[in-house]
Amino acid sequence: MKSIFKIYILLLLTIIILRQTELCARDIIVDKSGSLTSINQALRLCQSGDRLIVKKGYYKERDIEIDKSVQIIGENFPVVDAEFKSGLFHIKSDGVRIEGLIIKNSAMSFVSEYAGVKIDSAKDCVIKGNKILYNYFAIYIAFGADCIIENNIIAGRQSKSETTSGNGIHLWYSKNITITNNKISNQRDGIYLEFSENSTITNNISEDNLRYGLHFMFSHRCVYKGNIFRRNVGGVAVMYTKFIHMYNNKFENNWGPASYGLLLKDINDSEIKYNTFHENSTAIYLENTMRVRLERNNIIDNGWAVKIKSNSTDNDFVYNNFIDNTFDVSTGSKNNYITFRKNYWSKYSGYDLNHDGYGDVPYKPVGLFSAIIENNSPAMILLRSLFIQILEAAEKVVPVLTPVKLEDVQPLMRRVK
Amino acid sequence: MNTMLKIIKYELRDVIRSKWILIYFAFLFLITEGMFQFSGSSSKVLLSMINIVLILIPIITISYGIIYMYSSREFTEMLLAQPIKRKTLYAGLYSGLALPLSIAYLGGVGLPFIFHGVDESGQFSVLLILLLSGVALSFVFTSLAVLISLSSDDKVKGLGIGIFVWLFMAVVYDGALLFGSYLLSEYPLEKPMLGMTMLNPIDLARVLLMLKFDISALMGYTGAVFKKFFGGPFGMLLSSGMLLLWILIPYLIGKSIFVKKDF
Repeated sequence: MKSIFKIYILLLLTIIILRQTELCARDIIVDKSGSLTSINQALRLCQSGDRLIVKKGYYKERDIEIDKSVQIIGENFPVVDAEFKSGLFHIKSDGVRIEGLIIKNSAMSFVSEYAGVKIDSAKDCVIKGNKILYNYFAIYIAFGADCIIENNIIAGRQSKSETTSGNGIHLWYSKNITITNNKISNQRDGIYLEFSENSTITNNISEDNLRYGLHFMFSHRCVYKGNIFRRNVGGVAVMYTKFIHMYNNKFENNWGPASYGLLLKDINDSEIKYNTFHENSTAIYLENTMRVRLERNNIIDNGWAVKIKSNSTDNDFVYNNFIDNTFDVSTGSKNNYITFRKNYWSKYSGYDLNHDGYGDVPYKPVGLFSAIIENNSPAMILLRSLFIQILEAAEKVVPVLTPVKLEDVQPLMRRVK
Repeated sequence: MNTMLKIIKYELRDVIRSKWILIYFAFLFLITEGMFQFSGSSSKVLLSMINIVLILIPIITISYGIIYMYSSREFTEMLLAQPIKRKTLYAGLYSGLALPLSIAYLGGVGLPFIFHGVDESGQFSVLLILLLSGVALSFVFTSLAVLISLSSDDKVKGLGIGIFVWLFMAVVYDGALLFGSYLLSEYPLEKPMLGMTMLNPIDLARVLLMLKFDISALMGYTGAVFKKFFGGPFGMLLSSGMLLLWILIPYLIGKSIFVKKDF
């Protein structure tokens, strides 16, 4: 009797396992000309582990709630259109994958965050290779973890105002998110992080956004590598964060009175290395920023290379190239709590008698004129005037207005490679 | 017209024979060529040429013009004895001075650029503005030189006035502007400052060049006001119109003096 029972149990188990594997491999086809014509319909039928293959077609759907761990894979970029009536994908389950879709036209709202793809309290999701177009928010992750956002093309709807546009990739209380190889344009902020930690943001292009290319607050221990931020109305602004690492990024063509290549406000204990700043109104702006190490950056052809508010302390500029900037450093204060060492300054005119590679005369990067226009901006029109050049020369001999201690004692004679 | 051409032709020969114009040409040529040799990049050369254009051209043109006018005084008087209209003679004298100076400048600065080329095609417009504003400044300061030399018979006094005019426009004027902007810093000064720069030919040329070189800095708030004005078609037209006035007004005043003057 006992052995029969055992055999029975074994048989039952085998059947269950067989059923299981069959379930896992199940592909559900969504096709305009097939039996299943909508993604919502297919989602009701499927179970965790299923794959939804969406064939090429035009699917007018919205509020697609995903509460099972499924993969939604598009073939030849099917279009999913919310017709500006509501949001699109709303992921509530772990392990969801969305790939190869054109996701467009989520509604604008001042009440809810309608998004192309919204991940809510879910882990291990992958959003890969989609075209996410003309949405309010493109990808919105709240309380997510370990998700990957990869190879997406995100474009906003070229709205003229910041308020009627949402962010490209928006992270809220999330952690361990990987954002890589995305191209984001015409949103409000290209990439936005708030209270989101330990994330990696690499090789993205964020351009022509209405506000910032990258914007984060309270998002500690994140890494930013190889991204390009250009032509954003406000440039890049990052605030209230510790332990950030920015390497090999490019900040370009951010022009305007309140536009900064990289604005650092309340940033502490961070590293900014090997970045390129090219043709920004202001390349780097530091406010209440402490213990940040800026090393081996190329700062070229900007209006102001560095603007420092005097509440920034213990920051260290080492081995940077300052080339052809209209103004190298400007500060509102006569005191200085920042060190500049071993940088290359294209305006440096000193000599190196002992040939150790460092100029023998310190370089003072704060010119008189930059001090003048700091509190008398209309004087800008006198830029490059002979009179100003004479004043600058006099100021170099006897400093009156410029901070005496702000100098590079060991300016490099040659550009850092 | 024919007589005017003859006068210009004679004067050209005279100016070239005096060799000063050749030295001026060689000087500009060597500086530009030397910069190409040392810095290697055309953008740096263009940047350095700003100072040459804004500082050297006015001072050299005005002092050379005044000295030439005084030294050729006897020749002018001799020509006045001939049956030539005074207006024609004046135009001939003026162009005979302004043209070689401009040509020397164009050649001295332009030739090295033709030899070496520019790094990017975008720099071509910068070079064009550089050359044009240099020529405009040559004409403006020739006008002033002729006017000054006609209004004073004393050679030393004339030269003194000339140098003072240059010093005023290149240095003192900007100093006064800066001082004024501090005095009135409570007021929105962007537009008055714009108006004031329009009144000084060196400032006009400087702003036109600045728009090409410091575009990033100019995109800040105050700069953006200037950029919007001078960068737009209206501002461009107005500023080139002002430069033209700076050529014409001294020229016409000088002409009326020349026509009536008892030599």
